[in-house]
Amino acid sequence: MIEFHQVSKQFERRTVVDDLTLTIAQGEFTVFIGASGSGKSTTLKMINRLIEHDSGYIRFAGEEIRRFKPEEIRRRMGYAIQSIGLFPHWTVEQNIGTVPQLLKWPRTRIRERVTELLTLLHLEPEQFRQRYPHQLSGGQQQRVGVARALAADPEVLLMDEPFGALDPVTRAALQIEIARIHQLSGRTIVLVTHDIDEALRLADRIVLLDHGRIIQQGAPASFLTDPANDLVRDFVGRSDIGIKLLALEVVSHYARPGEVVAGVAISNTLSLREALSIFVERRVSSLPVVDAQGKPAGALHFADLLKPDAAS
Amino acid sequence: MNLSAEPKVKNRVLLALLLMMSIADLCLPVLTDAPNRLLSGTGITLFALLDRHSIGLLLPFCLLAALSFVPQIQATRILTAVGATLLLFGFSLLAGFTASRLSGGEDSLVRISFGGAFWVSSGLCGLIAADAIARASPRRSIHILANLLVFAPVVGLLFGGQLDQLSIMKEYANRKEVFDDAVLRHLEILALTLVPAVMLALPMGVMGFRRPRAQRALFTVLNMIQTIPSIALFGLLIAPLAMLARQLPWLAEHGVGGIGMAPAIIALVLYSLLPLVRSIVAGLEQVPPAVIEAAHGMGLTRTQVFLHVEAPLALPVFLSGLRVTAVQAVGLTVVAALIGAGGLGGIVFQGLLSSALDLVLLGVIPVVVLAVIVDSVFKFIVSSLETAHA
Repeated sequence: MIEFHQVSKQFERRTVVDDLTLTIAQGEFTVFIGASGSGKSTTLKMINRLIEHDSGYIRFAGEEIRRFKPEEIRRRMGYAIQSIGLFPHWTVEQNIGTVPQLLKWPRTRIRERVTELLTLLHLEPEQFRQRYPHQLSGGQQQRVGVARALAADPEVLLMDEPFGALDPVTRAALQIEIARIHQLSGRTIVLVTHDIDEALRLADRIVLLDHGRIIQQGAPASFLTDPANDLVRDFVGRSDIGIKLLALEVVSHYARPGEVVAGVAISNTLSLREALSIFVERRVSSLPVVDAQGKPAGALHFADLLKPDAAS
Repeated sequence: MNLSAEPKVKNRVLLALLLMMSIADLCLPVLTDAPNRLLSGTGITLFALLDRHSIGLLLPFCLLAALSFVPQIQATRILTAVGATLLLFGFSLLAGFTASRLSGGEDSLVRISFGGAFWVSSGLCGLIAADAIARASPRRSIHILANLLVFAPVVGLLFGGQLDQLSIMKEYANRKEVFDDAVLRHLEILALTLVPAVMLALPMGVMGFRRPRAQRALFTVLNMIQTIPSIALFGLLIAPLAMLARQLPWLAEHGVGGIGMAPAIIALVLYSLLPLVRSIVAGLEQVPPAVIEAAHGMGLTRTQVFLHVEAPLALPVFLSGLRVTAVQAVGLTVVAALIGAGGLGGIVFQGLLSSALDLVLLGVIPVVVLAVIVDSVFKFIVSSLETAHA
């Protein structure tokens, strides 16, 4: 879907992106992570030409992005940023309808789309449609920001630290939201963050950047089991790598079907990290498991947490 | 021992203003009586005027005094505003009646003019009303409308002819046509100043915002113009314009010359540029960068970002600048009369040169009223723009 080939970018003779080659597949949730100044935001903004690259080429849907008009490519990509940037003089409805309006959608279609998106992001349409941005909380504003980015059904969704300014509870809620939207639509998403937990939770593939170069890229688990160097190890946090690994696995893959043990059952959609917490909290060595419908789905033993990846 | 018997003041501002009004009314004449328009008159105090008929004037005063001792609720605030309006009306009515009683017949030269106590009292009435209105409503647009209503009864008296025997109205009657022409000319100069000033300031402001280096040079020049005294600037333009008119007869035919409207308008436009350009730059600078980045990121073109995002968000600040500029231009136009541009300044200078104080007032009062109206209109527009998305 998006292809970087030997892309470099310099600002006043300082190299911020250095010979970057990267392919982002259709439908993939890619997270760029790195410290500030690592070039992650610049890389993201080169995709929709908010920043022009100096050398190499970037392809979108098989075409070099300079073949498109900047406005055209931006309208085909949703864009959400940390400071949200809602238009303060427009209502929620007008804000969300910005790109559809630019694309000259008929009024009724824009209205329907706004209703659909507000519902998707758990904002009651009739209650929020006519509000102005300053009448919303930070979390609600970012929900509108995400809805606005999704409005014209873009092929790619670009997000630049979208949840960075939110409190932990709101951030977690929006992370769940965006993961659900990715699952529902199978849209290609590129997200920039400096929060490794956010990256591990959301990404299909993480790209870790430092000084404009890719240090490591791959599935989240590979960052924990196989860090490329000390920098990556520092980034994922040396002391709780094990806990983070457990967070990537779900109970359903590890439960022993058919077994029956006593106790209050846990859901098989929980992560192993949450299961570990329950083991320790209840001081037991086995737990009964139920599926999403509440039917018994076997048992999970404490020792099962140590098994190699059961899904594979 | 009995503390509760002592009345508690609930509105100190109101009581203080009323005390000031009482002192002014005791010490200063409310009207003056002169044998003709050039001599200064003898003072008439308020208490010399109060008789069986006019004692009613004290009623709104007593009402206001009582209101300052009762708990301040919405009803009290509205009553205070109404009381002040009635008091102002009462003072004006008393002045009008006294003038018709003392001035004699058609051919009489006797002049009855407003005295210090009248100006102080009516000013304080306006303040009391404005204070009560501000407390009664949080909405700016309501304030403006209500403040205008306070003066409506006096305007009614003016047009009803009750004030015709006052000296200032006699001056008006003698110069009706000159006065009407002067008001129209004043408005004409104002319009001919503001329209080109805005058209020049818009590109200058946008350019200044886009190019910080040009902005510094621009503001240096505009600041320098602002420091030239207005009379000097009017004077400086006489020679070059006179020369220009001599070289190009076509211009002279269209009224351009060293004196008259042309130099006045050029100078006023130059003075208007600084506040206008500054408000445009300030308005554009306060648009949050995140909003502009989001707009570009969503695929708005540069023109669309300017028209749909930057311009509307900068508009309230720009209009505040335009308000200041317009009020400033109303005042400066008075001075422009010195180089023959006409307008209300003509009446003011005529009055000054002939030592006829009431003629000066006839020129000054409409200028003040005009400035207040221009100011209110722009405030009203800005506040309604702000409430539209607030």
